[in-house]
Amino acid sequence: MSDSKSVSVKLRDVALAFGDNLVLRNIDLDIGAGEFFAFLGPSGSGKSTLLRLIAGFGPTPSGQVLIDGEDVARLPPWKRSVGMVFQNYALWPHLSVRRNVAFGLEERRLPAAEIRERVDAALDVVGLRDLADRHPSQLSGGQQQRVALARTIVIEPRVLLLDEPLSNLDANLRIRMRSEIRELQRRLGITTIFVTHDQEEANTVADRMAVLNDGVLQQVGAPMTMYDNPVNRFVARFLGSANLLDGETAAVPGGRVLQTGGALQIPLPDAVPEVARVTLMFRPQHLLLIGPDSEPASGTIRFTGHIQQREFLGNLIRYSVTLHDQTILFDQIHQLGAPSLTVGEQIELALPPDQARFLTD
Amino acid sequence: MSAAVRFRWGPTGVGVSLAFFVAAFLVIPVLKVILVAFQDPATGTFTWVNFQDFFNTSLFRESFWNSLYVAGMSVLLASSIAIPLAYFTTRFNFGGAVLIQTLGVIPLIMPPFVGAVAMQLLFGSNGSVNLLLDEHFGFTLPFMEGLNGVILVESIHYFPFILTNLSASLANIDRSLEESAQNLGSSGIRLFRRIVFPLAMPGYIAGASLVFLKVFDDLGTPLLLNVNKMLAPQAYLRISSIGITDPMGYVISVMLVLFSIFSLWASFLALRGRDYASVQKGGGGLLKRDLRRWEKSGAYAVILLILAFVLAPHIGLLLLSFGTVWSFAVLPDAYTIDHYLRVFETSSQYITNTLLYAGLAASIDVMLGTAIAYIVWRTGLPGRKWLDYSATVALAIPGVVLGIGYLRLFHGWQVPFSEQPLSSWWVILVIALSIRRLPYALRACVAALQQVSITLEEAAQNLGATTSRTVWRITVPLMSGGILAGFVTSFATAAVELSATLMLVGQQSDAPLAYGIYVFMQSAAGRGPGAALGIIAVVIVGLGTYLSHRIIEQSRRLRSSDRVIGEVDPTLE
Repeated sequence: MSDSKSVSVKLRDVALAFGDNLVLRNIDLDIGAGEFFAFLGPSGSGKSTLLRLIAGFGPTPSGQVLIDGEDVARLPPWKRSVGMVFQNYALWPHLSVRRNVAFGLEERRLPAAEIRERVDAALDVVGLRDLADRHPSQLSGGQQQRVALARTIVIEPRVLLLDEPLSNLDANLRIRMRSEIRELQRRLGITTIFVTHDQEEANTVADRMAVLNDGVLQQVGAPMTMYDNPVNRFVARFLGSANLLDGETAAVPGGRVLQTGGALQIPLPDAVPEVARVTLMFRPQHLLLIGPDSEPASGTIRFTGHIQQREFLGNLIRYSVTLHDQTILFDQIHQLGAPSLTVGEQIELALPPDQARFLTD
Repeated sequence: MSAAVRFRWGPTGVGVSLAFFVAAFLVIPVLKVILVAFQDPATGTFTWVNFQDFFNTSLFRESFWNSLYVAGMSVLLASSIAIPLAYFTTRFNFGGAVLIQTLGVIPLIMPPFVGAVAMQLLFGSNGSVNLLLDEHFGFTLPFMEGLNGVILVESIHYFPFILTNLSASLANIDRSLEESAQNLGSSGIRLFRRIVFPLAMPGYIAGASLVFLKVFDDLGTPLLLNVNKMLAPQAYLRISSIGITDPMGYVISVMLVLFSIFSLWASFLALRGRDYASVQKGGGGLLKRDLRRWEKSGAYAVILLILAFVLAPHIGLLLLSFGTVWSFAVLPDAYTIDHYLRVFETSSQYITNTLLYAGLAASIDVMLGTAIAYIVWRTGLPGRKWLDYSATVALAIPGVVLGIGYLRLFHGWQVPFSEQPLSSWWVILVIALSIRRLPYALRACVAALQQVSITLEEAAQNLGATTSRTVWRITVPLMSGGILAGFVTSFATAAVELSATLMLVGQQSDAPLAYGIYVFMQSAAGRGPGAALGIIAVVIVGLGTYLSHRIIEQSRRLRSSDRVIGEVDPTLE
């Protein structure tokens, strides 16, 4: 529909306060032209505020908001040409689908024939041309979502902002809409920012993402990189189940080790900075069960503990395993006929050294 | 509501008695009026001739157009006051907003006829304002000439109906609807015209149609301003001067009812299927912004000007009640409390009668209101919706029409054990007041009932309480705040009802305040005591209204603490 050139979005030292309450601190972020970018964080993390700030809603922030190199931080929303799809879609109930979609073009005083043509094209893109004369209340949730999308893309905005666009849909529709949106974005090549609190949603659609917590940008990167190499405990936990074992570093002959409760001594790679406290992070599915007659490779980190709890998750069985004074999770892929472990049983687990991450924050 | 509703004798008995009451005192009198309008006065056969007579008489044609003109212009003038005020309050953060919101109670505190004479003294051709204008600028303005006077008095009394409805609609618009328009390039007045105002339209129409209806049906204001060429005064004058056999009074009544129902129907159409507020969730409220310094002073100037106009009848009435002689002067010559003393010495029966009648009428209203609300919303009684409709339709029945209907229906009957005709018995007046105010009470009761979660009642029944025990122990106590508020609203508005009162008062000793004010205001000498009575009425009604606000606030606060139970935020992670 459009081949307008994609633009970049850059935030430079952006901060925002509601009264005395600092909701965003020192945000520096570069989003590339044509990128599908996600803001991920728990509720109250400031991710929606950050998105609204790019659209021009809310109090004026300090710092710069550069769209295609131009600072828009002080422009009113209606002069930014930044299209936003609202969480509740915000379709005007007194206007038909067609009038809703035409609105932005009418505001731009385009000739009626062109408006008609572009509205039809936009409705075709989302597959709703047949419903153009309906009112929003006569549409299903997914259809309303598509109208909101059409209404936004029809003005060919420089940047597309999506505020939790899938949160009001049921689980199946959510999965379908998310690939539809991704597909649409690829076709239009438009720089898109997507807000969500669901890490699976961000993982599946985003080229790159930023994790926010308490108004602070925690980490920016591609979903898999961030899952594998979280920079801190918050990111590690937020992106998936994580085992975090705290300990103190100690020098031993031939290097340093991490000592945790239960007299576990884990050798530290040289790359880990010289600090007193370090956290060992690993994912539950990376643990291997050591059978009676299997002997793990040397260098493997070994844990011995008792099974405290067992949860059947369908594809996995998740065990809580008590070590000396901490509990870790251990996921086993569920296979037909495979015997499962019982609560109270003592087991031995192995963690290959290349699956271990050491966090020092 | 539960799907399987069993047939039960209790509700049926109550429902039948309610239907009987509403039929006897609302439906049948009104139908009687309509019937007589279509009857040949001599033979009693069906005829259109009364309507032909109506339209062939130039006085009635003129009255008809005058009534339409006055009601339409009042809506226009009231809108031009209310729309800017509603815009200011919902759009900007400033202290004046509180001031404007308090205007909403003014039409409840004082009906327009009470202040009409005071307005004449302030804005009439020899009134304070024109005397000042003439002295300083050499010209006068015909504020109160003929129909202008009625329009001015009615609009400054009734514009709050538009203001409160429109403000409520504006406040319910989800802010994302406005933000998405801004996001697509719209701003300022254009945004207001294309998105905000259309979304608030249902509230505006609801308010405007109410203003139209109130003005169209009002009897007291034109009578006191000596404007008789309007429909309601004509109906009253025909019946009171020629008698209850004259068909013209009935024809006019039919016209009044038709137009009132039409305006109610228009507001119903406007509101149907357009409950925009509930379509969206989250957000809430329009974007508010702070005013710049010069904007703030401009806004205050406009608001103070409007406020001066709106409070003029009250201030004028106060001056009148304390003034000795006030004629051809900006202010009264001297001040005295004699009028109040006179009222208390000679006319205190007006006050006691009012307290008795309004108290009784309001009690009847909340009992009927609670019962109807329960039957409509909690039982499967066949025809229950009709109970609701017919009670609500009382809104569209002008007091004059109800009065005429009672006179016609009950004049041949006698009060038990006396020679007095039933139609001039004070109990009939109380019933007329209660029918007139039933819609207000019913609405308050329905709102209160809808806030009682049905699970609270089911829990009681689950623990062994019968339906009636549940109603007494759970439902009614939980509704009590709303019921009390409904009582006070009915009481306050019944206390100053004039049009039905004027038709039904049999003798001076049975008359309530509104009648007394009307009688006093007829003569120049009676204006002082009349104004004093008016002030007393305002104090009674004002106190009542204040109380009801307090009660509503209090029950709302209690309720918000209940809310925690049973509601879990689905977005909690």
